[in-house]
Parts: sequence; C-alpha cells; structure tokens
Amino acid sequence: MNSQRQSPLYRSRLLQPGADRSPDTHPLTWRLRDDGQVVGLKEYESKEGYRAVSQVLNGHDPGAVIAAMKEANVRGRGGAGFSAGLKWSLTLQGDDIPRGYIVCNADEMEPGTFKDRLLMEQQPHLLIEGMILAAFANNARYGYIFLRGEYVESARVLTAALAEAREAGWLGPDIAGSSFDFDIALHTGAGRYICGEETALLNSLEGHRANPRAKPPFPGQSGAWGKPTVVNNVETLCNVPAVMLRGAEWYQGLSGDRTDDGGTKLYGASGLVNRPGLWELPIGTTGRELLELAGGLREGRKLKAWLPGGASTGFLLPEHLDLPLDFDTVGKEGSRLGTGLITVVTEDQSMVALMRNLEEFFARESCGWCTPCRDGLPWTVKLLLALERGEGEAGDVELLDKLAADCGPGLTFCAHAPGAAMPLQTALRHFRREFEQGVRYPRGKAHADPIPAGGV
Amino acid sequence: MTMETTPTPQTITTDGFRLHPEDEGAMRAEASHYEQPQAACIEALKIVQHRHGWVPDDAIPAIARVLGVGPASVEGVATFYSLIFRQPVGRHVILVCDSSSCFLTGSDQLREKLTDRLGIGLGQTTPDGRFTLLPVCCLGACDGGPAMMIGDDVYGPVDEEDLADILEGYP
Repeated sequence: MNSQRQSPLYRSRLLQPGADRSPDTHPLTWRLRDDGQVVGLKEYESKEGYRAVSQVLNGHDPGAVIAAMKEANVRGRGGAGFSAGLKWSLTLQGDDIPRGYIVCNADEMEPGTFKDRLLMEQQPHLLIEGMILAAFANNARYGYIFLRGEYVESARVLTAALAEAREAGWLGPDIAGSSFDFDIALHTGAGRYICGEETALLNSLEGHRANPRAKPPFPGQSGAWGKPTVVNNVETLCNVPAVMLRGAEWYQGLSGDRTDDGGTKLYGASGLVNRPGLWELPIGTTGRELLELAGGLREGRKLKAWLPGGASTGFLLPEHLDLPLDFDTVGKEGSRLGTGLITVVTEDQSMVALMRNLEEFFARESCGWCTPCRDGLPWTVKLLLALERGEGEAGDVELLDKLAADCGPGLTFCAHAPGAAMPLQTALRHFRREFEQGVRYPRGKAHADPIPAGGV
Repeated sequence: MTMETTPTPQTITTDGFRLHPEDEGAMRAEASHYEQPQAACIEALKIVQHRHGWVPDDAIPAIARVLGVGPASVEGVATFYSLIFRQPVGRHVILVCDSSSCFLTGSDQLREKLTDRLGIGLGQTTPDGRFTLLPVCCLGACDGGPAMMIGDDVYGPVDEEDLADILEGYP
C-alpha cells in the first residue's frame, strides 16, 4: 500500500451521512460508519447484529423464514429480480435429500455497478448473518462467498470477519445453541464477467471453466456437486436479517406507495455527473431523484440517455426519468432494472462509440460456448467500428438489427448474449440516425455472403 | 520517465519447475474446503502465480498431481481466466478499466497516457520488467472513473497529473 502519498486511492463510500440513516428506514446501511471504517463484530453485535440468527434458529421453523421472504417480496438484487422467497421455496429439502449449499454471488462485474463492494468492505457481518439465515431456511450445510478476484479489500475484510464470526460461535457447530451447524468459506475468482451467471459461477466454484449449465435442473434441485444449491446476490442476502427482525409488512412498507416491490435498494449514479455515488433509497425511487442526488450533469451538459442498471440493460431516455425504478416498471419500458445503478450518457456522447465500447466488453467476456454469442458479438463490434469511423456499408444497420435479434432471449445458452442485445436494440431504436450516419459505401462484396467464413 | 519500446519478454520456462512445499500445503488446505479437490484449481494457480509472478507451463502438471486431476483440466482453467498469467508479467500489473462508466469519464485518454508514459501497449511489459499493462472489465469503482488497479491498489478518479506520482510508488 502507498497510503502515505497524496494520491486518489479509491474508497467505496455511501453518500448519506449517518444522521440520515436509521434502522427503521435503512436496513442495509444504518450501521455504516461515517469514517468508512469496517463495522467489526462487537459494533455489529451492539447494533442488533446476529439477533435475527439467535431468534430464527431457535424458532426451529425454516418454512416461516421462506414465507416471510416471500411475503416481503425481496426480489433478487443481482439484477434478475427473481423473488428470493420463491427461489428458496423451490430448493429441494427432505429426509432423503442431502444438505446442500448457499452460494453468495459476490462476482460484482456488471459495468456501472459498485454496490456490493460497499456492503462487503464496510459491513461484512450483515452478509454473513444473511447467509446463515439463508442456510437455515434452505437446509444448507456449507456456504461459499464467490468473490471476484479484483476485490482485494473485500477479501481482506471478509476473511477477518469470517474468523471473528467463527470465534464467536456464529459459524460452526450448534450456532446460538440451536443445534444448527453451518460454516462459510471465501472463494475468490480470477476474472471473467460470465462467472456472475449463476450456473457458470457454480462451474467456476467447482474449479472448471465458467461455461453456463443447462437449466433445468435449476441449482435449487442440482447445483454445486449435484446438491441443492441456492445462489443469491450480496445485497439480496443483506436484506434477510432485517426482514426477520422487523417483519415482512414493515419491509413492504419501506417503498411506500411507489411500487409493489418491497424494501430499499442501493441505487447509484456514474458517468459525467457532479457527484457520482451510492445511496440506500426506497425501491421505486426515480431516475430524476438519483440525478438530483448526483448533483446534476457536469459543466451544463444535457442528458441524452441512461442505463438503469448496468451494461446489460436497455437505454432509457430523459422522458423516462420520472418512472419508479422497480423491476416491473422498467421492464415494461423495454429495459430492465438490472442492478439499479444508473449510467448517465450526455448529449455530446456518440451512441455509436458507446455501443462499440459496450459490445467490445460483451464480445471479450463471452465464454465462447454457443455460436450466436461467440461469433455474433465480435461481428457487432466489427460493424460498430466501421460505423464509428464513418466507413459503414449499406445494410450494416439492418445487419446489427438481425444480429441483436439472433442474440435474443431463448436463442442462446445463457443470458449473456441477450444482455448484449438489449442495449444495442434500444440504442438502434432510439438513436437510429446516428448509426445510419456511419454508412458511407454501397453494400460491398464482403456482405454478399453474410457468414464470415473461415477455411472450412 | 518514458521508456523505450522493445518487444515483450516472451521466454517461457518449460522445465525445472519445482512446486514449493509451502505452496503444495496451501493447495491441499484450500482443497479441503470443497467436496472435490478440482475446486481448488483456480486458487492453486493463484498460489503459483503469487510466488512466481506467472504460471509457467510446467506448473500445470505439478498442480494436477497435487489435486489428483488431469493436467488438461488444469490447463483448461488456466487458459480461461483473465487474471491467470501464462507468460511472464512485470513486477506490477496495471489493470485499466475500460467498461462503460470509465469509458464515459475518460478511460481512453487514461490508457493513452499510460501507453505514452510507459512506452508499451496493452498486453505488453516494459523492457525493465517493471510494469505490465492490461485492460480489465468494470472494476466496480464507477463513482471514481476513470479507474485503474495496480497490484492490490485501486485508483480513481485518476487525473493525468497524478499519474507520475502514482507510478512512482511502484518501483
């Protein structure tokens, strides 16, 4: 470390002071310290920490935990928005079923997303407590935190916290005198965005290449090493303790009448805004509210478009700023809430160049397993590069339409290529003229055969 | 501090790899966390990389022996993951984020400044073996874009004027 030097070492931070956060309104962040230091075990315990574990495990009713999660309508915060309670209710359990695994998806790599890092770096015990509760509900015997390799600080904090929790008896045999046993290991990755896809993550966890698996069977039926396995995002798991302590009705009420989804969300904003950052807000907060919190756009720029929750979500326009950012509303606009951290695009930005950057990312991160993704994405990059340079050919924009459609849901093995298609399709819809302006030549010989043939 | 451009050192040691006894112990300890030792494969590669800076070819069969799996399956993993280096890298690896938020806040310019200053392109190592420059997908530091990582340290937002000072910290 080189902390003695004046240099912009990055630190994860929440842009809400402690005075603005309370246990009743900010279940994810009320314990966070204004100095950004880790909330250690003693401090966590003094702030209701592990109280939910003591109560729930000694209640001996895993079904009640699942019912409460369902009723609270905690939807998956990794981006898919699937009800965590419903997912848990589908986990195979029974006398003849082996105890399985809880896997925390901490492979935060969605471009524009920097929320799980905060929870892990500053409040590791909330995640551990959430995992213990999830293990109890799903009859899991062991847990893994699948952490991306670049999150070195998170790894350091989590390693220390796991040791603390084990020492205090929150992990291991007979937790809180309940006779329930459970422990957690930290598993760090070595790059590759596809590891965030839950079945690719399981392959990676088992020490294989991170190619996705066919579904069904779903992980809850047959996951890690063929055992029932629940994969949940960091933020999702961090919501569990508060739901258990304060109840599903309270959790539902946190979002007021903004939306049917319950609870709060770690929202964020990045791009050319004055105060890029992260806030815990009621789910259903609008893009306009986020832009205001972010201090507006830099140097009087104007808003052109925005991504509601990462690179794999569709572009929204300024006219969408007043929509509540929940899973269903954003879905109806041809996009997805995704991770809920918005990426702001200003009017001076070429959409063709931005799309080229996004597709370069998706092409590079394709695992190469299925053809539309492996071959289609580099092809979109090639076309976008030509259009960006003003060297496109007639038909290139239509070809992009077709490639995006061919990468759509149901046509590929996993959600990676559909994730690459969504921003492309929405950019082509909203900003088509910009793409067409890159066409300079008539349709050339290279396009007579639409398949870029190798030496077959 | 601009350095001369010369080709990246490409020497790959293909014989004489000795797995350090401590590393073998660490791999076995890792493997004990899982139902199958194969699961410790990535960690085993990282253990070798931590000691040697990269993963030489002959480390692959050595790791395979410790974990009791086939060398091809270790090789398959070693070539899949972007943070496992299969050729020598510099003492410090610079990962420059090139994902959307950093792209919008100036990652292209940051990368250009780095390539100018170091005299190398992406995927290359300075002739003195000090730095290797690589792209990386979203570092999760989007509120600090443009961001980069050197060794274990994340920097952002990186201003052109800070670059010399930052690099000086990595001799």
